[in-house]
Amino acid sequence: MTQPLDILTETPSQTAGPYVHIGCIPTFAGVEGVYPEDLGLSPISDGARGEVITIRGSVYDGTGWALRDAMMESWQPDAAGLFPGQDGADPKVSGFCRFAADKDSGEFTLRTVKPGPVPLRHGGLQAPHIALWIVARGINIGLSTRIYFEDEDNSGDMLLNRIEQRPRADTLIARKTGEGEYRFDIRLQGEGETVFLDM
Amino acid sequence: MSETAPLMPRRREVHPVPYDPDYKTSVVRSPKQALLSLESTLIEETGPVFGHDLLGPLDNNLIYNFTQGAAPAVGERIRVHGRVLDETGRAVPNTLVEVWQANAGGRYRHVKDTYFAPLDPNFGGCGRTITDENGYYEFMTIRPGAYPWPNRANDWRPMHIHFSIFGSGFGQRLISQMYFQGDPLIDLCPIVNTIKDRGQIDRLVAPLDMQNSRGMDYIAYKFDIVLRGRRQTMFENKPEGM
Ligand SMILES: [Fe+3]
Repeated sequence: MTQPLDILTETPSQTAGPYVHIGCIPTFAGVEGVYPEDLGLSPISDGARGEVITIRGSVYDGTGWALRDAMMESWQPDAAGLFPGQDGADPKVSGFCRFAADKDSGEFTLRTVKPGPVPLRHGGLQAPHIALWIVARGINIGLSTRIYFEDEDNSGDMLLNRIEQRPRADTLIARKTGEGEYRFDIRLQGEGETVFLDM
Repeated sequence: MSETAPLMPRRREVHPVPYDPDYKTSVVRSPKQALLSLESTLIEETGPVFGHDLLGPLDNNLIYNFTQGAAPAVGERIRVHGRVLDETGRAVPNTLVEVWQANAGGRYRHVKDTYFAPLDPNFGGCGRTITDENGYYEFMTIRPGAYPWPNRANDWRPMHIHFSIFGSGFGQRLISQMYFQGDPLIDLCPIVNTIKDRGQIDRLVAPLDMQNSRGMDYIAYKFDIVLRGRRQTMFENKPEGM
């Protein structure tokens, strides 16, 4: 016999289901008046430092169909790479956003500031990135990925360099489509499948 | 600085399988490639913070929050309460817990729910609260009805409440569902059965808690939640990765 480890087990996930909006963004579901406004409407407020950008995309299933029911959350630092609560962080950047695929087209839009690079625990910098979490009916445990940017220097990024099949790293890089505009599509399964993270 | 200590790796075997043909929608929505597993970094170890000032007085009372106190929802009055802990057994204080559910007839107030059970004009179906300094939370609500759903020809969801929990780091983010002790539909549900470990399914089934019920008012169910923990160590001087 040994001493017990006394480590608890995480509660198992269950799918967010098709009605996740009721709980997380009730106005989108048609539930009005319970809260003054939905949580996480924008990750920035007026006057946030840095470049304001818009990222558009869709979440595609294994048949190439864009999900109409996906809900996403993003989390990021400010333009200087500082998270809320860190010394000197931009008070106009909450860093957190919730958004849904459009009910008709499946397209989502994230308007934010471009994040700065973030240090690693033991030195070195990670290329600018936004964390993205995706839930929907049929997704049994939320999927985590990252948005990097085509017009940044991603060559030294620890995570991107750990992807063995180099073309797959491109699935994490938003394409520049115009001034301050990017495209980031997510493919849940099959050809061009997005790299999902376990971190 | 414990707020940014590395997260314990997620034990994927305690979670549902992503691909399960009995839950048909998962067939085309489950990644086929392996996940990329790495030690957590700052973006997973930090997360949004929500203050208690976010909350309105009825936010955790689903019986009354849709009408802002004017009229109660129809259904069996229940209280759901419990604690949010992490894998190390420590309370997770000041963390946002959101819930959503069907009404007593099994109908959701959602533009896409077309089940012919009636809407309750006094029930919205969402609520939220923030854990106290000991990780404790509670809701008042009505017992949600079971409902049929398009999967196999005759699949029914057991009575359930959806839960969304944040934790202190974005990598702890979790959405799950609470079931009710004794519901015979639990064992038949393909969504429940995406979890292959019977013991893990049991952890989603809230026991009837008569000691915390109130006579002539409500019955209680207890539902504790465990989030990923953070590693405790002074040895953090090794280079990352390779
Ligand atoms: Fe449900």
